[in-house]
Amino acid sequence: MKYDAQLFRLEKNEEIAKGIFDFVLYNPQLAQITKEGQFAHVKVDSKTLRRPISICDADNERIRLVFQVKGGGTEILSKAKVGDELDIICPLGHGFDIKKDKKYCLIGGGIGVPPMLYCAKTANNPVVITGFRNKDLVILQEDFKKYTDELYLVTDDGTAGEKGFVTDILKKKIDEVDEVCACGPMVMLKAIAEICKEKGKPCQVSLEERMGCGIGACLVCACKTRTGENGGEEYTHVCKKGPVYKAEEVVF
Amino acid sequence: MADLKVKIGDITFSNPLIAASGTFGFGHEYNEFYPLSKLGGISCKGITLQKRDGNPPPRIAETPSGILNAVGLQNPGVDHFISEDLPWLKQQDTVIIANIAGNTTEDYCKMAEKLSDSDVDMIELNISCPNVKSGGVQFGTSCESVGAITSAVRKYCKKPLVVKLSPNVTDIAEIAKAAEANGADVISMINTLTGMKIDINTRRPIIRNNTGGLSGAAVFPVAVRMVWQVANAVKIPIIGMGGITTWQDAVEMMIAGATALQIGTVLFNDPYAPIKICEGMNKFLDDNNISSVTELTGTIKPW
Repeated sequence: MKYDAQLFRLEKNEEIAKGIFDFVLYNPQLAQITKEGQFAHVKVDSKTLRRPISICDADNERIRLVFQVKGGGTEILSKAKVGDELDIICPLGHGFDIKKDKKYCLIGGGIGVPPMLYCAKTANNPVVITGFRNKDLVILQEDFKKYTDELYLVTDDGTAGEKGFVTDILKKKIDEVDEVCACGPMVMLKAIAEICKEKGKPCQVSLEERMGCGIGACLVCACKTRTGENGGEEYTHVCKKGPVYKAEEVVF
Repeated sequence: MADLKVKIGDITFSNPLIAASGTFGFGHEYNEFYPLSKLGGISCKGITLQKRDGNPPPRIAETPSGILNAVGLQNPGVDHFISEDLPWLKQQDTVIIANIAGNTTEDYCKMAEKLSDSDVDMIELNISCPNVKSGGVQFGTSCESVGAITSAVRKYCKKPLVVKLSPNVTDIAEIAKAAEANGADVISMINTLTGMKIDINTRRPIIRNNTGGLSGAAVFPVAVRMVWQVANAVKIPIIGMGGITTWQDAVEMMIAGATALQIGTVLFNDPYAPIKICEGMNKFLDDNNISSVTELTGTIKPW
């Protein structure tokens, strides 16, 4: 059996920035098979759909989920208490492919930053670029410092780190790295993909789409990709084929 | 242990729970949770004569106690289904129902002909998809069109023919009678109710198709009422569906008149729901000294 829904015991629930929550959840059986860039599909009381949340970090016993309250479901979830058991299908999707012998640039934008932490842990001293709207939304800076000597922080309004976009930093660093991995808003991913294409660097991007089953059966989380016969365009599903795609596969 | 087996025509289902079309793909994914033989049957993702790409995203929105969807029948086409998916499905020890949707009457007939020579156990005529521009529900909303498509497909269909009805009609009992009179062996009902959800900030519908089909617990009372009305109007068996979430819902739907059941949306919340529902039904039957689940069908005592 490849998929399972199991109970995870909540060991930590901390609001690390306004409306952004940091959960540590205990379940060794499923935590230990989790890979970078995969996601957890979390059941929420009184809601018909589960909430897909990217895995921020995992070890042999626990997974860490960092998510933003966006609506009623994530708000209910944010109120879970330490000791509660959450019903989670995990791990799901195809994540990032991180090789030890490559130099990576890892880029996260906003709530796309958390999954890059797991990548940073696996990669060999990567360049990490994190971007946020403003200082109130900055997260995980100390965590990244454990895995990289080169961490960049940018904000749209300059209230923390440098004022600007993640792509401003990427343009300066891209010649020093072998490959780029990114998660964040589509406009950001598109801009990153264009820079990588210009420089001939491979790029992996993690996408988001409104999701149903989470396993590839209901076909709602469609994304247009060049993965059909002879590179033709088709709709594939973020939950199963993704969430991580090669940038050149994505029709932005 | 009560007997959960149900029979429709010559086909025996190990229990009344069938995965509903469009929620279960061709079974591969849920087979990673549990063997598909735990299910009475599978109604496969709706297939068309040619491959279809489906609608642009977003294709789903959550609503109170339910969801709206507008996938738009993304599927690999009937030939691919027969050659690539069906051989594997047939090894899973469960009843396989092919769900077909067409742009034209000829499409439906051609698919029925191809599938009649295949190993599927039943064919479900989808004349109730609300999310495609042509075909789908346009065949399912008047007695004349339902009668015509049923009788046309019947000529080509050598398998038991299930006609899946849309709830987006004025009088579903009359529609069911038209299907029965023109050769349907079974009625399945209900498909989704057309609905809409708008983002008040952007003033855009959440779903790219603007409208979508509502399913989930929210539609259950509507489905029960319609199953009851149709059970009073036709003699052929009914596969009841629409928002079944708990074993109590399953029992209720059978009491309303269903011989078998389909479940869909609840799977997204709990992939193990069919197994839990079967366990719950079994206990209910034992507690009430009922030896077979078939004894529930149509036992409603209306006022």
